[in-house]
Amino acid sequence: MGLSLQNINKIVGRETHLNNISLEFEPGSRNVILGRTLAGKTSLLRIMAGLDRPTRGKVLIDGKDVTGVSVRKRSVAMVYQQFINYPSLTVYKNIASPLKITGVKKTEIERRVREIAEMLHIEDLLDRLPNELSGGQQQRTAIARSLVKDTDLLLLDEPLVNLDYKLREELRVELQGIFKQRKAIDIYTTTEPTEALMLGGNIVVIDEGRILQTGPTPEVYRHPATLKVAEVFSDPPINYISGEVHGSTARLGHDIEILLAGHMKSLPAGNYKFGVRSHHFFLSRTSKEDAKIQGRVELSEINGSETFIHVNYDNSRLVVQENGIQPLRIGAEITIYVNPSSFFVYDDAGTLVAAPSRDVIEKA
Amino acid sequence: MEKWANNKAWFLVLPVVIIVAFSAIIPLMTVINYSVQDIWGPGQSVFVGTEWFEEMLGDKRLHDALWRQFLFSGLVLLIEMPLGVLIALAMPKRGWGVSACLVTIAIPLLIPWNVIGTIWIIFTRPDIGLFGAGINNLLGIAFDHTARPLDAWITLMLMEIWHWTPLVILLAYAGLRAIPEAFYQAAKIDGASAWAKFQYIQLPKMRGVLTIALLLRFMDSFLIYAEPFVLTGGGPGNSTTFLSIYLVKIALGQFDLGPGAAFSLIYFVIVLLFSFMFYQALQRVGKGEKG
Repeated sequence: MGLSLQNINKIVGRETHLNNISLEFEPGSRNVILGRTLAGKTSLLRIMAGLDRPTRGKVLIDGKDVTGVSVRKRSVAMVYQQFINYPSLTVYKNIASPLKITGVKKTEIERRVREIAEMLHIEDLLDRLPNELSGGQQQRTAIARSLVKDTDLLLLDEPLVNLDYKLREELRVELQGIFKQRKAIDIYTTTEPTEALMLGGNIVVIDEGRILQTGPTPEVYRHPATLKVAEVFSDPPINYISGEVHGSTARLGHDIEILLAGHMKSLPAGNYKFGVRSHHFFLSRTSKEDAKIQGRVELSEINGSETFIHVNYDNSRLVVQENGIQPLRIGAEITIYVNPSSFFVYDDAGTLVAAPSRDVIEKA
Repeated sequence: MEKWANNKAWFLVLPVVIIVAFSAIIPLMTVINYSVQDIWGPGQSVFVGTEWFEEMLGDKRLHDALWRQFLFSGLVLLIEMPLGVLIALAMPKRGWGVSACLVTIAIPLLIPWNVIGTIWIIFTRPDIGLFGAGINNLLGIAFDHTARPLDAWITLMLMEIWHWTPLVILLAYAGLRAIPEAFYQAAKIDGASAWAKFQYIQLPKMRGVLTIALLLRFMDSFLIYAEPFVLTGGGPGNSTTFLSIYLVKIALGQFDLGPGAAFSLIYFVIVLLFSFMFYQALQRVGKGEKG
């Protein structure tokens, strides 16, 4: 089955939730929709599922217009951020519920429920009630419920957000394995760039109800077409410093001089924004080409094995991601280094004009 | 942590101890004390053991009042609970209609009990009441709550249901509003019917609030006093003499403090026992779909 959206608009009251969305999903494809909270991810999924009607535009399945067709008549399954199971039914009955309504034979239901339960490692919990399960087990049940009916379209709306870090990793790996075995179109929404990268497939980056960029996920990560995409598709959001190019050198901020080489060699003179992902900043010099940035520590967040140092430079904030725990005093002077080869260069309008080479991006 | 040297923490508990003592323990002990004595004047009493309990447990009029009470509470609950849930389901979910409905529905809860009795006495009077005169004169059905036991019962039940269904509605509505929208979407995707939605999502999710509603309504209706007192004072005959009316007759009307106290304790134990049973039963309902 192929799904295509044509000029979808969704307007609620005076707010535009979706603005002219056109997308194509190929049969059996794996897709990620990346966007911040309130970007319109859930609205889009609801329209694809047939739970909501778009204000304007069409939804086509295999070329046939299904815009007004009720969700009951479509082959759709959905997993939500909250753990949605029938509270008074056991895990077994919960998983069986989508099949029961379609009138599948009892022995067939039994076989399929057990098979799916095994796949999601909840085969020992079939007699329990949802509120006797942990969060991870509840979400596994909900996922099993969505997988049991071999639907053409599987929508997952930030399914792992409410789980703790370790469970999330575990379930994500399993989900990828499960997706691979299926012929359905899988569409997975997330706010997290790292999650999007791990899932791979194709990506749709959306913001404020508009599509910013589409393409294979790693490709979009390496070439975020606009500054906005780079912001959404970097965690923490990409840092940028304004600069001016004169001949073969550029001057960034008020005191950073760099030599234009490699991917930036042929930049015409003018004003640019130089974007750097946080993990390309370093606290010590790594090569002789490194640009040196002197700023002040605003905040130092220690997050397990990493430290995020917020540095004030020219009244804008740069976030440095360093391995290990870096004890830093707030307000202290700090020098950070960045290799110009990792700069994403955007013109005044925010369009990408030069991206670092693949090995630079994937190095850190 | 180091232990404090003094015991001043006791003072923090003291207010609660005092309140509980005066509101519950001391009155209860007084009642227990009365129930085992024969009292005929200040300072004149004699210990009688379990005599009053035996007398009250064997009292035919108490038995009648008790069955009447069970019948009344049972009927009231059977009507109020489903009616409340049904109205809550039918209420609007958003927009100005929500506030309008909530305010309208809450009005009966704000009216004092004896005023409710008075309103309904006038409303159902066969000569001038809108309801009473209406069905007597327009429909030709003889209706008189002062003369016919059945009519007195109907009036009392109407009063009770009118007064207290709103509480069930409000609780059920609160329970319904707490269900995340995603549950309904998931049911829609499954193709579940409206009945299945009610049975598998709404009812189980409302279990907590409905338990509270049922307990409150059981206790309140079991303790009903003001309405029958205002309406007919327990009549016609003894037809609306419920437990509390009979208790007041014994303890205050005849000033039989000993039997009255024994009666109170029996009454108390019955309410406690049934509330406990309801609670236990409802803890299981809706969880029971195992296997």
